[in-house]
Amino acid sequence: MKTKGPKPSAEIGVEKLTDMYGQMVTIRLFEERVVELYRRAQIPGIAHVSIGQEAVPVGICNALRTNDYITSTHRGHAHCLAKGADITQMFAELFGKVTGYCRGKGGSMHIANPATGNLGANAIVGGSIPIATGAALSAKLRKTNQVAVCFFGDGALNQGVLLESMNFASIWRLPVIYVCENNQYGEYTPTKRVTAGDIEMRGKALDIRTAVADGMDVLAVYDAACEAVDHAKSGKGPSFLVMETYRFIGHGMSDVDRAYRTREEEQEWQRARDPIDRLRTTLIEEWRLKQSALDAISSGVAKQIDISVEAAQKAPLPAAEELMKHVYAD
Amino acid sequence: MSMQTNGREITMSEAINEAIREEMGRDENVVLWGEDVGAAGGVFKVTKGILDRFGPERVFDTPISEAGIVGLAVGAAMTGLRPVVEVMFGDFLTLAMDQLVNQAAKIHYMSGGTFRVPMVVRTTLGAGRRTAAQHSQSLHAWVAHIPGLKVVLPSSPYDAKGLLKTAIRDNNPVVFFEDKISYQRKGPVPDPDQDYTISFGQADVKREGSDLTIIATSSMVHMALTAASKLSEDGIQAEVIDPRTLVPLDSQTLIDSVKKTSRCIVVDQGYQSFGVTAEIAALVAEQAFYALDVPVRRLGAVDVPIPFSPSLEDLTIPTVESIVVLAHEMVAG
Repeated sequence: MKTKGPKPSAEIGVEKLTDMYGQMVTIRLFEERVVELYRRAQIPGIAHVSIGQEAVPVGICNALRTNDYITSTHRGHAHCLAKGADITQMFAELFGKVTGYCRGKGGSMHIANPATGNLGANAIVGGSIPIATGAALSAKLRKTNQVAVCFFGDGALNQGVLLESMNFASIWRLPVIYVCENNQYGEYTPTKRVTAGDIEMRGKALDIRTAVADGMDVLAVYDAACEAVDHAKSGKGPSFLVMETYRFIGHGMSDVDRAYRTREEEQEWQRARDPIDRLRTTLIEEWRLKQSALDAISSGVAKQIDISVEAAQKAPLPAAEELMKHVYAD
Repeated sequence: MSMQTNGREITMSEAINEAIREEMGRDENVVLWGEDVGAAGGVFKVTKGILDRFGPERVFDTPISEAGIVGLAVGAAMTGLRPVVEVMFGDFLTLAMDQLVNQAAKIHYMSGGTFRVPMVVRTTLGAGRRTAAQHSQSLHAWVAHIPGLKVVLPSSPYDAKGLLKTAIRDNNPVVFFEDKISYQRKGPVPDPDQDYTISFGQADVKREGSDLTIIATSSMVHMALTAASKLSEDGIQAEVIDPRTLVPLDSQTLIDSVKKTSRCIVVDQGYQSFGVTAEIAALVAEQAFYALDVPVRRLGAVDVPIPFSPSLEDLTIPTVESIVVLAHEMVAG
C-alpha cells in the first residue's frame, strides 16, 4: 500500500544517508563552535547546546517537507539547522546582529524562520507545545496536508500545558508529532527523580499513537518519524515519540562540574552511543564509504563554519531605531 | 463619528454576536473556539447560533483548558488563521498567562517581525453579579502592562461591534474585555448590512462638559454618565471620556479634555493599586499638571478579593454616588 509519508531508511539509499551524516556533523561542529565562541565572550547572554543529541533533530526533520512545521526549545540550534536554517544567519542571531534570523531581537533561544516552517525556538519549557498543536489544527482546517512536529525535552513532561495540548490533539485527531527528547536530565536534576511512571504511558493514556526509539540512532529516529508522518498525513492524528538521548556536556555554559552525574556515565554514552560515530560505522561497513570521504565532509563543514562565523562577526548590530520596530505588526 | 442607526437597538451581546458573524462571513480564516461557545452558544449566549451558521469546521467547543485554548490560537494565528477564542471569565486568564504574555505578545518582536499573531481573546471583567473572588475580577491591567498585546474595553453595543470587527482584522493579539453586567444593555447599532469599524486608539467623548473630566472605562462609563447627569442638576458640567482601547491609548484626547476642565477623575473597575487608574492619572500629571486646579483623583476597585455577600461586594467597586461625592469635593476645591 502506498504511504503518505516518506520512504523508510532501508529504501533511502546511501546519498541520503550521507546527507544525514553531514547534517549531524554540521550540528556538532556548529555547537562546538558556539561553546568556543561563548567562552571567548563573543556570544552574549546564555546558550544551551545539544552535543550528543544530533540524531533526533536530523532523524525527524529528514522525514519532513520544507513546509511542515516545527517548534523548538531553549536547546534549539539543532532543530533549526536540521530544518534547513542557514549557518551564517544562525551565528548572526547568536551574536545579536541585525542580519540574524530575528534581526538580533531573539538570540539563541528564539530562532524562528518561516521559510523552513520553523515556528520558533522557545525559552519557556513547554511553551511551544500548544503552538505546534495550534499549527496542526490550522493545517487541518486549511487542508494543507502539513504536519507539525513539536520538539521538547523530558523537562516539559511535567508542564500542564503538555497534557492540555495532547488532549486537544487526540480529540481532534490533529496532524502533530510530539517528540520528547529524553536526555535524562532536566537542567541539573535526573528525569527519573522528578517524573512519575513510564513516559510513554502519557501518550497512551490520551489515546495517542506512541513509540519509543533509540534517540542515538538516527535511522531508528528517522523510521519512527516516517511512521508518525504517515499516520498524521493519513488523517489518523497525533503521535507521541519518546527518544532516549543524552547531552554530552552541561545544561548551559555555566554547568561545568556536572555534579549530578558521573564521568563514567558520560563516557559510556559518548564512547558507545555517539550518534555520529554510529552512522559513520554504518556508512563505512555497510555502504563501503571511505573514511577519507567522510573526513572530507567534516572538513568541508568546518570550513563553512569558519566562513559563516567571519561573515556574521562582520555584520552590523541593530541600530537604535530597531528598538521600537516589530512590537506590533502593521 | 457614528453611523446612521435607523433607530435599531440591540444588546451588547447581540452586537458582539453580529461582529463575529460578519467577520466570519467576510474572511474564511476567522475561526471560533472556546468552552461552550458552539452548541450551547456560550454561557452568556454571546455566540448563540454561530455554530449553526458556520458549521463545526469553524466553530468548536473545547475542553476546559484555558492555556490550550489560547496557546492553540497562537499557533493557528502564526500559520494563516484568525482565531477568535473565548476565555469565559477574565479571572481564568491567569491560566493562559504564559501563552498570552510570553508567547502571543512577543512572537512578532522576538522573530524580528517575521511571524504575526492575529488573534482575539474575548473575555470578561466586572463585579456585581455575586459570584465572589474568582469570577468577578477585572484583570485588564495585567495584559495592558505587556507590550505586544492590544487591549479593548467597549462600553456600548455600538462600540463593541465596531471595535471587535477591528480586533478581528488586526494583525496582532488583541484582548477584548466585555463587562458581564453590560451584556443585556441595549443601544443603537446600524443595520447589519452597514459595515463599520472603530479604529483603535480613539477615545470617545461620551458627554461634553467644562468643569470636570471623568475618564471612565467599560461599564464605568455608564456610572460616569449617570453621575454627570446628577452633577448637572447641581450646576457642575462633567465631561465623560471613554478611552475604548487601553492599548493603544488615545492620551491626546484625555489630556486635551483635562486642560479644558482643570479637574480629572479616573474611574475603572480594576484594582486601584498599580492599575489603569494609576497609569492614566500619571499621564495626566505628567502632561497636564499645570492645568490642574486640584490633584487627579482615582476610583478603582477596593484592594480586596471581591467578596461574595452583596452587602460587602457593593462596597468594592466605584458607584455613581462615589463619583458624585468626589466631583463635588473637587469642584469645591
